[in-house]
Amino acid sequence: MNRFAQAAVARNPAAVQLLGLCPLLAVSNTVANALGLAIASTVVLTGSAVLVSAIRKLVPEDVRLPCFVLVIATFTTLVNLAMEAYAFDLYQRIALFVQIIVTNCMILARIEQVASKEGLGRTLLDALGTSAGFAAAILVLGAAREALTLGFPLAALPPGAFLVAGLLLAGVNVLGARRRRAREGATAARLPRA
Amino acid sequence: MTELLLILLSAALVNNFVLVQFLGLCPFVGSSGRVETAVPMTLATMFVLSVAALGTYFVNRYLLVAFEVEYLRIIAFIVIIAATVQFTEMFVRAASPVLHRMLGIYLPLITTNCAVLGVTLIAVSEGLSLPRTLFLALGAGLGFGVAIVAFAALRERIADDAVPEPFRGPPLALVTVGFMALAFYGFKGLGG
Repeated sequence: MNRFAQAAVARNPAAVQLLGLCPLLAVSNTVANALGLAIASTVVLTGSAVLVSAIRKLVPEDVRLPCFVLVIATFTTLVNLAMEAYAFDLYQRIALFVQIIVTNCMILARIEQVASKEGLGRTLLDALGTSAGFAAAILVLGAAREALTLGFPLAALPPGAFLVAGLLLAGVNVLGARRRRAREGATAARLPRA
Repeated sequence: MTELLLILLSAALVNNFVLVQFLGLCPFVGSSGRVETAVPMTLATMFVLSVAALGTYFVNRYLLVAFEVEYLRIIAFIVIIAATVQFTEMFVRAASPVLHRMLGIYLPLITTNCAVLGVTLIAVSEGLSLPRTLFLALGAGLGFGVAIVAFAALRERIADDAVPEPFRGPPLALVTVGFMALAFYGFKGLGG
């Protein structure tokens, strides 16, 4: 599996690692909000990861975390200013969570684990894959909540976010277990012949 | 005074930072395994919240607004919060080595608790006065504490139950938090 797919699916930040839960749950009340935050997070993660990867040999080991946080804060500020200028309606609805991207542990985790150690190409693929995984999770959750709201108004409210996310995650586990079983079954079927 | 108490109550219960506003979920899920770790975590978070709220209030008012560089707010605030956490860690280590050992890794991780940054940003964007900012911070910390201790107690009971395979771990935790949030939703309308 290549790096992009691995970062997006096998290590999905939301469904597998449970990182960045706050924005995932808070901004998934509608698909439009979810898409806005997914794009903002993608720009911050990709921008900071590429910059950190480019300067990784210049940053002293001891002060690397403060440096990374400042890089992320800079990109978060840029995205906030851009959204305020070009997408004001959307920004007004999700402003707090666009500002809070700076404390998103998903971003710091990818930068500490990948960008601070590897070259530009791998970092870029990993950042884009992680962003795609996060975007997929928040869009699915947003779509599920928006659709459920029609017959089940609770889904749009805060308790609904936790409940729908928990049920979706259980669904993901069921699919994962079924795939594992199918693979094991296939191996078992091949064994006697071998 | 009544107004300050209302802010405190609203931040702790009605608009609970974790369960209604979705702030600080990482430490909420991460350190709610047992009640013993949940309590010191809450105390440390409350302390950092209050100090950071005061620090950001003054920096925002006398530096960012005074020199018209409000666009540096996110960068300035995250630096203040990181410094506060560092200072808290040094203070706790000197004052009570036992407590320092009990908090362990949780202490430095408060920097990435988005509830701290969230409180400071909300206080500034709503233009709250100094006492109101302080009570909002205290209320947020209190709400974090109430939620995390209750959730830790629930998790201790669930830990031994026979849970269906797909729900084991995170999914059940999320559903449990959902029902807690539903209960907290009942506070809506309290105090208007």
